[in-house]
Formats: sequence, C-alpha cells, structure tokens
Amino acid sequence: MRARAVAAAGLTVIWMLLWGSFTPLTLVGGAVIAVIVLAVFPLPVVTHTGGVHPLGVLRFAGRFAVDLVVSSVQVAVLAFRFGHIPRSAIIAVPLRAPSDLGLTLTAEALSLVPGSLVVEVDRSLGVLYVHVLGVPDAAAADRYRRSVLDLEDRLIRAFGRPA
Amino acid sequence: MTAALDAVAWACLVAGALLSLSAGVALLRFPDLLSRMHAATKPQVLGLLLVLIGCALRLRELVDITTLLLVLVFQMATAPVAAHMVGRAAYRAGQCRNDLLVTDELRRSGSAPVAGLRSSQSDGAGASETGRRG
Repeated sequence: MRARAVAAAGLTVIWMLLWGSFTPLTLVGGAVIAVIVLAVFPLPVVTHTGGVHPLGVLRFAGRFAVDLVVSSVQVAVLAFRFGHIPRSAIIAVPLRAPSDLGLTLTAEALSLVPGSLVVEVDRSLGVLYVHVLGVPDAAAADRYRRSVLDLEDRLIRAFGRPA
Repeated sequence: MTAALDAVAWACLVAGALLSLSAGVALLRFPDLLSRMHAATKPQVLGLLLVLIGCALRLRELVDITTLLLVLVFQMATAPVAAHMVGRAAYRAGQCRNDLLVTDELRRSGSAPVAGLRSSQSDGAGASETGRRG
C-alpha cells in the first residue's frame, strides 16, 4: 500500500513536471491519472527491507560520478586509438547478496557506466554476465569482477540490506 | 556572474558534443556489435548530462530546468534497458566475435542462453540460434 502511494506521488510529480506548471488543476489531474495508470498497469511488488542511508548514498553517488567520467574518457580514447582493436570479455559475477532490487540496481548502475554491458542475468542464482570493453587479459577480468562486487557493496551500504 | 555561467555552459556543451562525436566514431570503428553497443549507449549518458547542464545554465528558468531533469531521469532509466535488450539478443544470435573475447564465462557456464530460452516460453529464437551457430 505504501509502495503504491509512493508510486502515485512520483507519477503525479512527473505529470506536473511535464506540464511545467504547478497549479491545483495539474496536481489533481496528475493524481487521477496516476491512480488510473497504477490500476491498469500494476507494478510488481518489490521487497525492500533496508532503508536509505544518506552517507552511503553520497558515497555511492560520488563514486558513480567518478566512474562515469573516467570510463567515458576511456571509451572515447579507445574510439580514437586507430590501428588498435579493443579486446573484451564476458565475465560472470555472482553477487554476494542477490535480491531482485539489488540485482536491478547493480545492473542499472553497471549499464550506465561506459565499458560494461549486462548481457544476461541469472535471476535465480543472482549472477550477472557482464560484457566488458577493453580487457587485455584474465587478470584484468578478475580485477573487474572485484570492482563489480565493490559496487554491489556500496549499493547495499546506500540502500540497506537486500533480503 | 552571467559571463562565468555562460563560460561553464559553453564548456559543458562542447564537452558533451565531443563525447557524442566519440560515440559516433566508436560506432564506426569498433569490431563487433557488443563493443558498438558500449559506444552507442554509454558516452551519451555523460554527454547528454553535460549538454543538459549546459542548457540549464543558459536557460535559467525553473520550468525549463525541471523539463531537462525529466529528460535526464528518463534517459538514465531507459538507456540500460535498451542496451541490455540489444546486447542479449546479439549474444544469443551469435553476433558476438569470439576471437576478440579474452574469456566468455557465459558460454563456459553452459547454462544461461540456451537454458534461459528453454525455461522461458520459447519464442522461436532458439531454432534460429542453433541454426546460426551450427
């Protein structure tokens, strides 16, 4: 029930942002449409046992911003390195504490950072198969696996303990 | 003050445009579909972020900034899903160049693509995959 209220509030805010005006009419209209949308397309239930830890969120967001810039530059450099064909790898990363939410957040964060692409997800075992660009050898692949686990660790510290 | 904001906006717009250019070059140069997906979906995340910041600094209207914020939120929510769907389909269709892979732990695990197809309601993709591989 609480999750649906949050979803309705979020949809209402998006509606008002789309109109670009904050009047009672857009507020009520947005709320009505949010309720209809949620009734027609109900969201799957997400089990979220943890809370939101501000310090952890800050640490995650800061590290994410750094990763984003660093790997954007790396991919851009690869693009302009003529005569060099980048090698890549598909790496299996078994998450330490798999849950639907943890799996989704980790995969989203991974996919937003250049150089890594989630090719396949094993939901029952909690394994992400990540295609990584610019991996020269097996040692680099291992380092990458550890960095994904660190990312999961930061996410757990930010958004509570996944069930 | 305005001049400083304009200068920052200029830098953001140029950097964002350069990142988009690098994405275009990478799209042409990278060897296989999965590598190209990195270029096609990712530099635009930071590139778009920079362009949006540049626009926000130039427009300086709350209404415009909230709209830009929506663009960013939807982009960041949908880009990974699109990249994943194309990447997954590409791998299953055998569009991935194995000679460029240092390691393929998905194939070594032996389970994921084919087993995934069997466990989900098969949509006819299995036949085309085995045909392509064989």
